[in-house]
Amino acid sequence: MNILTDKNIKHIVESLYKSNLSESISIMEVCGTHTMAISKYGLRQIIPETINLISGPGCPVCVTPASDIDTILEITENYDISLFTFGDMLHVPGSRSSLYNKKSEGKDINICYSPLDALNFAKQNPSRKVIFLAIGFETTIPLTSVVIKRAYTEKINNFFIYNVHKLIPEALETLLKDERIKIDAFLCPGHVSAIIGSTHYNLIAEKYKIPCVISGFEPFDILESIDMIIKQIKNNKHEVQIQYNRVVREEGNPFAIKLIYEIFDKTDSIWRGLGNIPDSGLKLKEDFLEFDAKIHFPVKKIRSKEPPGCQCGDVLKGIKKPFECGLFSNICRPDNPIGPCMVSSEGSCAAYYRYEQLKV
Amino acid sequence: MTVKKDKTINKENEKTGETVFKDDVIRLSHGDGGIKTNELINELILKYLGNKILNRLEDSAVLKGFSGISDNYKIAFTTDSFVVNPIFFPGGDIGKLSICGTINDLVTTGCIPAALSLSFIIEESFHVSDLKKILSSIKKVLNETGLNVVTGDTKVVEKGSADKIYINTSGLGFIPDNLDISPYNIKPGDAILVNGGIGEHGAAIISNRKNFDFKTNIVSDCSPLLSLVNDIISASGKIHALRDATRGGLASVLVELAKSSGTDFNIYENCIPVKKEVKGVCEFLGLDPLYIANEGKMVVFVDKNDADIVLDVMKKNKYGKDSCIIGEVIEKSRKARKDSGTVTLVTKIGTKRILDLAFAEQLPRIC
Repeated sequence: MNILTDKNIKHIVESLYKSNLSESISIMEVCGTHTMAISKYGLRQIIPETINLISGPGCPVCVTPASDIDTILEITENYDISLFTFGDMLHVPGSRSSLYNKKSEGKDINICYSPLDALNFAKQNPSRKVIFLAIGFETTIPLTSVVIKRAYTEKINNFFIYNVHKLIPEALETLLKDERIKIDAFLCPGHVSAIIGSTHYNLIAEKYKIPCVISGFEPFDILESIDMIIKQIKNNKHEVQIQYNRVVREEGNPFAIKLIYEIFDKTDSIWRGLGNIPDSGLKLKEDFLEFDAKIHFPVKKIRSKEPPGCQCGDVLKGIKKPFECGLFSNICRPDNPIGPCMVSSEGSCAAYYRYEQLKV
Repeated sequence: MTVKKDKTINKENEKTGETVFKDDVIRLSHGDGGIKTNELINELILKYLGNKILNRLEDSAVLKGFSGISDNYKIAFTTDSFVVNPIFFPGGDIGKLSICGTINDLVTTGCIPAALSLSFIIEESFHVSDLKKILSSIKKVLNETGLNVVTGDTKVVEKGSADKIYINTSGLGFIPDNLDISPYNIKPGDAILVNGGIGEHGAAIISNRKNFDFKTNIVSDCSPLLSLVNDIISASGKIHALRDATRGGLASVLVELAKSSGTDFNIYENCIPVKKEVKGVCEFLGLDPLYIANEGKMVVFVDKNDADIVLDVMKKNKYGKDSCIIGEVIEKSRKARKDSGTVTLVTKIGTKRILDLAFAEQLPRIC
């Protein structure tokens, strides 16, 4: 603790040590940005050993199953289209290749920072068929919804989305039902909660007797959230609290939520590692099916397989730490990723590889 | 450069057990200044062309010992190509960048720059008015530094065969007898300095890309560091190494230098200057300013006893107002993960982590 230079951090860490937990507790951080921040700032070095921080499925790239990657690769192979997606998605390995490799081989695959870029490209190039690979949780879904709404109003007929969006709260319950995973509390995502608010977690906190704290992303935010969790555990409480109250409101962003469900309906979705989770995905409402790339660009179903030896599934559920995977750092590295958790800037394996070598 | 799997190389490597260049095609990541660029250079180019001088992989080659010429003459020689997109950006353009880049590579040896070359590859239908703008910003840097372009070349290719304009520059300079500035001279006890905010060039380029819908006021740090380096060298005789922290950013340069010098560095995050706007763009895009390109940042390794004097002169130079001491060189730890040196970052809260080379950053054509 003597290494700490920041007074506030020092104070909160002292409070964590004062809690004197009699047995170790496991706190799952659901969001990939939390995973990165925890590793980047070396927070595991300064908290009591009785507090076990485990990473959850909060990296959208990581939970996209190989079958979706394979299908999108097949589409780029079989149709002359322009594909747009976020940078992280490019390196995720499918069963045989990745979008990055396809791009190097000359396929028209582009990185964008917003789905609006893809829509604008479609408008400027009416002869090109443009697909936006729509990925992400509640944080990015409103953006996709805006784009679909605009494409619909403006009658853009060369723009499509390949939708792999997923919803966070449903996944949390699946994790709690898995007996192999010990979760004593959730460090809930800040950005997702800015959209959905805090009430979604009430049911989980109540039903499973689990403290849930919505946290910001600065080291102090995360440590303060952990302190709030510990205090709840000490006092036998299981409530939903908002530490990130400079951004998150209890009701979330009702405008964004309304927008999402104008365009999409809930549906089942397959998560890498977690399998099929009812109501954890989205499908376009009937009025908007004209934008569905899965309908417009049918490809034969290929048998997808997870890379042999890859433990991403268990890492995503917090059953294994990245360095407990046999491939970690010797075969699977950011420059040669075998599984998606090593690829993404929010993946746990990438976080451990980049930032936690002092501990590993 | 065409790349084919060469059987002779494979055979050689089977014998020596070295890694073979794994890729069948050149990918953008081979040009990002990180792990893949290192692979391309070490596992392919050096396998064909490696020699005593090239293998040192310094910003400038140092030539000496020509037959018939006194050993006292040391020549610094460097070259660089520029493919930046967009070609005009806040704080500069491809012309200014190409001249500054080569000057900055030259002066890392402490040499007196003597002459520059300049070659253009221009796409058919490129506007002459744009070419004039580029030439005039080149002229401005030449006037400021008192240097001349003494040789050059122009090629024009069909529309679509190149994107607007590419520039290659090279530079030549003479190294004074008493100077021996090289990454190989870095020693435990050296202080590490940098002449101001990092990541500004990369952040300026990214925020001015067409597909980026987000206005910032970040200006590239693109600048010729000749006067700064002259001031540094005049202030202390104990400058051990200088390095231009371009592609791959400050972190990549530090990692490379720790490896080549076989020493460990401690770097203090709190001491690294980063402008607020740069931090903002990086946070938004999920990037780390430590790995974002600079075009006017010199990393200085100087004996710690002279660190304050050097810092003082740097701060007085117009390209070094925000200079800082960011870390120190220490004895190599026995626990080091690899054979060569390790860079440890002490984070802003006091915890530690190891810095590594960048990998697969998606920012092609930054310089």
